[in-house]
Amino acid sequence: MLASLLSLASDAGPSPISHPAIDAFKNFVNAVSVPEISLPLFTIGFVLMMVGYRWWTKPSVATLLLLLFCLFYFGSMLIDPNYRLIIKKPDNVPITMMLLSVGLCLWVAFRQAALNDQRIEKGLPLPDADKDDKVLVWPDLVYTELICLVLATALLVLWSVLLRAPLESPANPAGPPNPSKAPWYFLGLQEMLVYFDPWMAGVILPGLIITGLIATPYIDTNPKGNGYYTVKQRPFALSVWLFGFLILWVVLIVFGTFLRGPNWNFFGPYEYWDPYLQVPLTNINLSDYFWVFALGKPLPASPILREIVGIIFVSAWVLVLPPVLAHTVMRRLYQSMGAVRFYVMAFHLVIMALLPLKMVLRWVFTLKYFVYLPEFNLNL
Amino acid sequence: MPQPLHSVLEYIRSSQPWNSIFRHGIPRDRRTRVMAIMSNVFLHLHPVAVRKSGIRLSFTWCMGGLTFFLFLAETISGVLLMFYYRPVPEYAYSDIIGLRAHVTLGLLREIHRWGAHAMIIAIWLHMMRVFLTGSYKPPREFNWGVGVILLVITMLLSFTGYLLPWDQLAIWAITVGSNMGKATPFLGMGGPFSDVLQLPGGVPLVTTRSDAAYLLLAGTSVGENALMRFYVLHCIALPLAAATLIAVHFWRVRKDGGISGPL
Repeated sequence: MLASLLSLASDAGPSPISHPAIDAFKNFVNAVSVPEISLPLFTIGFVLMMVGYRWWTKPSVATLLLLLFCLFYFGSMLIDPNYRLIIKKPDNVPITMMLLSVGLCLWVAFRQAALNDQRIEKGLPLPDADKDDKVLVWPDLVYTELICLVLATALLVLWSVLLRAPLESPANPAGPPNPSKAPWYFLGLQEMLVYFDPWMAGVILPGLIITGLIATPYIDTNPKGNGYYTVKQRPFALSVWLFGFLILWVVLIVFGTFLRGPNWNFFGPYEYWDPYLQVPLTNINLSDYFWVFALGKPLPASPILREIVGIIFVSAWVLVLPPVLAHTVMRRLYQSMGAVRFYVMAFHLVIMALLPLKMVLRWVFTLKYFVYLPEFNLNL
Repeated sequence: MPQPLHSVLEYIRSSQPWNSIFRHGIPRDRRTRVMAIMSNVFLHLHPVAVRKSGIRLSFTWCMGGLTFFLFLAETISGVLLMFYYRPVPEYAYSDIIGLRAHVTLGLLREIHRWGAHAMIIAIWLHMMRVFLTGSYKPPREFNWGVGVILLVITMLLSFTGYLLPWDQLAIWAITVGSNMGKATPFLGMGGPFSDVLQLPGGVPLVTTRSDAAYLLLAGTSVGENALMRFYVLHCIALPLAAATLIAVHFWRVRKDGGISGPL
């Protein structure tokens, strides 16, 4: 076992373990990894995480989950050479670190939230509330900081000695690699390019992430949960934010890194990245669905008339849906927040929801664009 | 302590230079410990006393501090790398090879690269911690916004640094990223409404040589001008912006009541 682990560090690596049961497992994982299956599965997992946080944060359950994850994540290196190549790529090493540290931090946060929520339910004060437990910065904080600094320095130097920084062959402006990938922390945005054009995935959506984040403290009027971990007192804020961060950011980074191969085609984690894979382009615009398939007419010559259904739909999604929400399911929220706060929040929310919506429509109806206006470079 | 050593230390501590630097005794009692924080320009970023629950590791994860530490580590290792690295296509790649192959302390490039990735992770986790503890809520709304800008700057720092080794990973990752600039509405050649901005007489303002991607790359593709531009952004402009905002961020942490905690 140790020998095989050590040989992982060499370039060639051990020959992968082969067994019919393992092959069946690999085929199964490859099959469920396609976005239309795995993203809904991740979303279900996310809902379970939010609902069952008192159960899975128990130290025994959390340890078991961590072990299972490590067994799958690192154990897969032993059974598949393609997977090993991806995980071992120097530029992908930080993603492994990110996944582990995000998981650990989530556990620490949700564990404390579970304990705090239990106390709140029983009417007990929070462990640290109303306590005048001030300590002097010298020595209590200064020494903690010094220890952290020394540990971080040691870890960083150790990491640098053990692993060489990524460096590939010299730049060749005439020879793009296939696939060409953005730096790993932007791969979630690149993955969005599957569903949206660059003006949306690369400009509008990142811009709205930034404005949405900055607006967060001004639109969240819930006074509870300030300065301690809790889930029960702010379920809406936590669900939206964590769905954005964990599913639409972290999971999409994993997709862009591990599951997108040549020509940005999808490959399962244990599949060979075949550069000659042919994928039929079968996506259809909403205008084709409406004029050609539904009405049996040719597309109108006027671009605005041609795309009228898509234009009406997108306008309604952005302009009509928020007021409808304000007067139906989100009425209480609207009343407590006020109009300006609510509409800033709702605008960001419906644009964010446009991404999962487009994904589902792509998977179910092979929808290409709601609005296809190449005349203005405006495709959505 | 042996008597001679003790008397030497006593002599140093009672000397005029020592007392001009440290205007208090050894921090042993409450008064001198408070003085140690208040009379030191670096330490006075802290308040003199904090809530014990506020500095618990399980509460803060030390991620903000770790991000700042990594910023310092990146600054120091980056300045040292600047002594060696030349930001022109002829030398950039070979200088990186040279750092690895035969430069004393060439390990600094490894430290700088891995530190940059670690800083990205640390700042995400810091943001997650601040969100999950609701610490952006009043009175800390503004400081959260400063933090978001710092997050963007951190990612831009990493993005601009990505180009400097001038290898395949570098130029094609930056090509993918800067192609997004071409798609900026109104301001990018490939974006929506790129032909709206015109001078009188129908002269287009936005062309391949004047659009948002050109501003970023100083060219129509990732070439030597882009390398110089990213180098200056990476080494001068963005670090200065980050340092300024870090000062604001720390100042506001104190002014807004220190690390958050249950009321």
